[in-house]
Amino acid sequence: MANLKELKNRISSVTSTQKITKAMKMVAAAKLRHAETAANAARPYAERMDSMMASLASGMVGREDAPKLLAGTGSDQRQLVVVATGERGLCGGFNNSISKAAAQKIDRLMSQGKDVKVLCVGKKGRDALKRKYGHLILDLVDLSGSKRIGFDDAQPIAQRVLSMFEADEFDVCTIFYAKFISVLTQEVTEQQIIPASIPDGAADESNDVVYEYEPDEEEILAELLPRNLSVQVFRALLENAASEQGARMSAMENATRNAGEMIDKLTLQYNRERQAAITSELIEIISGAEAL
Amino acid sequence: MADMITMDLVSPEKLLLSDEFEMVVLPGAEGDFGVLAGHSPVTSSLRPGVISIYEGDKEKERIFVNGGFAEISNDKLTVLAEEAVYVADLDRANLEQRIQDAREDEEDAKDDETRRRAAENRDHLQQLLDAMN
Repeated sequence: MANLKELKNRISSVTSTQKITKAMKMVAAAKLRHAETAANAARPYAERMDSMMASLASGMVGREDAPKLLAGTGSDQRQLVVVATGERGLCGGFNNSISKAAAQKIDRLMSQGKDVKVLCVGKKGRDALKRKYGHLILDLVDLSGSKRIGFDDAQPIAQRVLSMFEADEFDVCTIFYAKFISVLTQEVTEQQIIPASIPDGAADESNDVVYEYEPDEEEILAELLPRNLSVQVFRALLENAASEQGARMSAMENATRNAGEMIDKLTLQYNRERQAAITSELIEIISGAEAL
Repeated sequence: MADMITMDLVSPEKLLLSDEFEMVVLPGAEGDFGVLAGHSPVTSSLRPGVISIYEGDKEKERIFVNGGFAEISNDKLTVLAEEAVYVADLDRANLEQRIQDAREDEEDAKDDETRRRAAENRDHLQQLLDAMN
């Protein structure tokens, strides 16, 4: 009899778990929609900035006085890795795959004898990297306070990276995030933000117009590059936010389905047990009656 | 009807405005300049200031931008601004109050970080207020 009670308890506990995962899935779906709209809304700015960068930068490449943010410091000895992950778990392999890709990169760099520093954006990435690379982690940028990622969240991060670069603390900066492709697929992306990678596709079409520059090319570029950095970080954060919700949504959908299957199995087992108990009771009564 | 110039105003968060205007005056880094249809291709950085949009001889709209870039090509003007607010939407009393608040925050700040942030906020509000004058 105790077994029946146990089964009943399990069924009810799985049922309440299923309720939670179902609710989380729906919340993730709603948040995903917001995140996608935000990512789409941010696209025009980033695209135009890219094309402006392309037309300015193409004239600068190879010049001695090119800004360091574009040309680099001439070395790649000191590396800064920015790992952007989520603040919360329960979203499938999202955080894990970003941290793993970052860890691989860190290992590779260290085996080449480079100096590596890590800046974590999002708690989960730090938790994953802490054990192995704890001494390399500079700091954690906590975004759990902001419900929706705004440009104001990206700017301090970019500001920080920039001031470190100006203080000559690293040569190359790479950011890790997950690019949102669809609800089912998110692609971990490694992007070099310092020195700035020049977007190639946009360069061809903008080249045939000859622009006048005011004040002049160098000054505009000097102003454009730091802003471009903020935009890149912002874009990474937005993509990440959409990916996280997408990953969470599909993870929770799977969990809900698994819970459903489990409930079915447990209910079947429960019914069998119950029937067996009834049968054995009946046999007891019948054989008792026959004995008389 | 005079030729029109298409202006797109974009912030990192969204496309704020996309429409055709007769003339747009931009707060260029080296002084204000007007843009009419057929302007030669220019890329310019902007200082914090007000973009004025003219319809005929009248000033139709005033938009405050917190610095940024303008790109003009093929009768198309693109303004990249990190922040843009319609001057008409600003409220002087409210702004002054907020500046006052920010100043108090700055004085009460317990660490450098909060103080710096408050000061930034105050500067920013002050710029907005200046834009109204």
